[in-house]
Amino acid sequence: MAKDHVNGPEDYEALIEEVLEAYPDKAKKRRAKHLTVSKATDEAPDATTGIASKCDTQKSNIKSIPGVMTVRGCAYAGSKGVVWGPVKDMVHISHGPVGCGQYSWSQRRNYYIGKTGVDSFVTMQFTTDFQEKDIVFGGDKKLEKTIDEINELFPLANGTTIQSECPIGLIGDDIEAVARKKKKETGKTVVPVRCEGFRGVSQSLGHHIANDAVRDWVFEAEESEAVKAYEPGPYDVNVIGDYNIGGDAWASRILLEEMGLNVVGNWSGDATLAEIERAPKAKLNLIHCYRSMNYICRYMEEKHGIGWMEYNFFGPTQIAASLRAIAKNFDETIQENAEKVIAKYQPLVDEVIAKFRPRLEGKSVMLYVGGLRPRHVVTAYDDLGMVIAGTGYEFAHNDDYKRTGHYVKEGTLIYDDVTGYELEKFIEKIRPDLVGSGIKEKYPVQKMGIPFRQMHSWDYSGPYHGYDGFAIFARDMDLAINNPVWGMYDAPWDTPAIAAE
Amino acid sequence: MPQSADKVLDHAPLFQQPEYKEMLENKKVKFECGHPDEMVKEIGDWTKSWEYREKNLAREALTVNPAKACQPLGAVFASAGYEKTMSFVHGSQGCVAYYRSHLSRHFKEPASAVSSSMTEDAAVFGGLNNMVDGLANTKALYDPKMIAVSTTCMAEVIGDDLNSFILQAKEKGSVEADFNVPYAHTPAFVGSHVDGYDNMQKGILQNFWEKAERTPNESINIIPGFDGFAVANNREIKRMLDEMGVEYTFLSDVSDVYDTPSDGEFRMYDGGTTLEAAAAALNAKATVSMQEYCSPKTLEYAASKGQEVAALHYPMGVQATDEFLMKISELTGKAIPETLKKERGRLVDALADSQAHLHGKTYAIYGDPDFVYAMARFVMEMGGEPVHCLATNGSKKWAAKMEELLATSPFGKQGKVWAGKDLWHMRSLMATEPVDMLIGNSYGKYLERDTGTPLIRLMFPIFDRHHHHRFPTWGYQGALTTLVKILDTVFDKLDQDTIIPGETDYSFDLTR
Repeated sequence: MAKDHVNGPEDYEALIEEVLEAYPDKAKKRRAKHLTVSKATDEAPDATTGIASKCDTQKSNIKSIPGVMTVRGCAYAGSKGVVWGPVKDMVHISHGPVGCGQYSWSQRRNYYIGKTGVDSFVTMQFTTDFQEKDIVFGGDKKLEKTIDEINELFPLANGTTIQSECPIGLIGDDIEAVARKKKKETGKTVVPVRCEGFRGVSQSLGHHIANDAVRDWVFEAEESEAVKAYEPGPYDVNVIGDYNIGGDAWASRILLEEMGLNVVGNWSGDATLAEIERAPKAKLNLIHCYRSMNYICRYMEEKHGIGWMEYNFFGPTQIAASLRAIAKNFDETIQENAEKVIAKYQPLVDEVIAKFRPRLEGKSVMLYVGGLRPRHVVTAYDDLGMVIAGTGYEFAHNDDYKRTGHYVKEGTLIYDDVTGYELEKFIEKIRPDLVGSGIKEKYPVQKMGIPFRQMHSWDYSGPYHGYDGFAIFARDMDLAINNPVWGMYDAPWDTPAIAAE
Repeated sequence: MPQSADKVLDHAPLFQQPEYKEMLENKKVKFECGHPDEMVKEIGDWTKSWEYREKNLAREALTVNPAKACQPLGAVFASAGYEKTMSFVHGSQGCVAYYRSHLSRHFKEPASAVSSSMTEDAAVFGGLNNMVDGLANTKALYDPKMIAVSTTCMAEVIGDDLNSFILQAKEKGSVEADFNVPYAHTPAFVGSHVDGYDNMQKGILQNFWEKAERTPNESINIIPGFDGFAVANNREIKRMLDEMGVEYTFLSDVSDVYDTPSDGEFRMYDGGTTLEAAAAALNAKATVSMQEYCSPKTLEYAASKGQEVAALHYPMGVQATDEFLMKISELTGKAIPETLKKERGRLVDALADSQAHLHGKTYAIYGDPDFVYAMARFVMEMGGEPVHCLATNGSKKWAAKMEELLATSPFGKQGKVWAGKDLWHMRSLMATEPVDMLIGNSYGKYLERDTGTPLIRLMFPIFDRHHHHRFPTWGYQGALTTLVKILDTVFDKLDQDTIIPGETDYSFDLTR
């Protein structure tokens, strides 16, 4: 394998072997289990995508290897950064040293409407800013005082959450006792979250712990006024796992409302505590990011008898299929409305595809993201005629890889918890027309002369959900790939080196 | 339907369309259970009152919107300035993802670092195995010449001993015994990123200097300190030193690694202080720090080796640059050349040309301690008045030094110094005692929004404006960049305030 570039999927197995050669034996053995090529399967193809492949032959959701430059984050990132952080009318305390809250401050682009610092607090950084004495003597007293000061200075905050950083669990603080005490004193919700960064192997456990905290400290608490005042209706749904990045949840909500559904709660982008509290009264939970919030949906199903279904609002094919699938849970009116919504937006879809597909047809894409996106966005690329060469997840579990088989064809390169080294080599050898990943990957890839879009933050663009979002998505992929800058990397006076075969 | 393929509406205009405004209003009324608008207005006004300011300043436990980061960030930054050096941060892995993102968002460049990825079992048994495997993997995959080890707070709390771990890892063959693995303990619950910078610098120098013999020569060492403008500032300092004909060694120089070209090759490492130069720097006559608060321990260490040491406060502005040049001249015996004197003259010329627009302008300034010192001083050189000077990571000693500085000028009379305070305190200060301009970093945009004060971004991190860090702010040339940013802000405001046709545009002057 001394070729500069691989020709296609037939070379991927050999490429994996070649990349693994760089590792010491122990690490090589462990990493080999995370890199595969999707295989043929006997399973029936997915009804919407027409695809079936086998992607779950590899290991996932296990510890990263030290020293390899994993892209993964931590449980705190999963709880504060993903699940709780967007709840806008609560103050989320980064409990511990200053860094965690500082680096994650305002970086997820969870859009919301509100007066920041008065009745909304998403783009603020609240921390107990631990000092050495807090580590030595414990931080519970400081935490209590912190909550008191929050209540005094931010009287319209409807509650607080305590997002534990690494030291909290190591020094034996009892944040649950503090939470109970403060709740009793003030009547306001206080949620302790044990999302210390060393717990688990990635962000994923943080999602789970955050979901459990919703269960234990919001659902299990006595009914709030907001819940008591609420009259449930037959068309009430919750949107679960849409963090409103660049306005995603709004571009989705508009479609559900046009169908005649009531979105009681949007978890958790632009959400208020009341939207969390009232969720168990809805008829159906619609899950977008399965990975980060399936836990609480399973709980609501068990405890409150609310069904849940996954849907996908990336790209018109999946949007239409999802709208129909959602409508099936309701009466004929809603089903007719779904058809009307699809028909209403069809001209926009046609326009977008007519304009951008010719510019993107056949372009290859490699993805490396988290949550739902390594599979969910695939069909949006399909709608534009683009081809997925490889995809992978930072923190998926086996059930995510199972689902991936409904989205990517046989012969797709699959990488789990990819290391900086592996991803660079894969990209270098495959040389896709576009890479979609995160900020840490953006600049290395662009230096190589390959167009890139951040697919966590939408590269400061978005929304990408819904029909309105699809137009932006298509435009963004076009502007990334078809910019003149990629043609200027070589100085004209240098003769391009001819690669030795 | 507002969206079209023809003219794709981005998020800002899209959600201003009537369909969305109605939807969001409906969401608010039916589902959010928020507070009544009047109450939000009332509390909003109260947060800008003197009463609120007093309560806010009385905070003892809560920190809101601090302007500081944690130690390991500084350590990663310092390490990046050495040739082919990989940062290895021992502890939880999420931290490293954060440092890399933070640096990349500012420099718009790759930022490489690895973690030892410690989890629950390591919390119980210690992270020795993570160190042993981690060093071997890093060496094999990323082919560094040096691995610089620092720590996250997790490793600090459980008490992992880096010295012993690295020795044991070497014994187990993770890397060769003579491979350079300098280290520094960088607890996040002590100090801030500027201390992490200091600790890592000292760790790296100790690695090379501890067992070496010093043979003094005429060269001087430069410690640039943690600086968001390092790419251009380091180059500017080098240019000035070259003009003077001084022999020098930068101790940590990120100007290449955080400014690599786009030519088809990803350079994980580029430039930086060579390991040979770092070792030979022991022999230097003196070590000069550009930022005192980024280097106390490192300078102390250099002094203990017999070097002369000097510390400046961010050489930005006229006097600060004068002092830098005179200090170098004093240490090396080299004269300050006419060319630099001419540059000085041009800077003073620019200040004189624009003095009418600068005189009496009031400022709120925040950032790292050395930056705030330099900025306040430069502002006073322009005839401006630093009113609120704040450093979340500033000490009492720093505050005293700042007060001394303000006392040197009539323009510093109304200036107050706020050590250890945060940007929510600053909000109260600016709401109750408004100023003309705010100087800080990107986080300052929230203060700009809440108080209507224009923000000038001169401090790390700058996420929402591109490439400013590619232009120097140090030296006489750099002072010009800084001056122009301030002037542009003044003139833009003047134009903005006079742009209504037939109403205010009588003052919409062509020449200003």
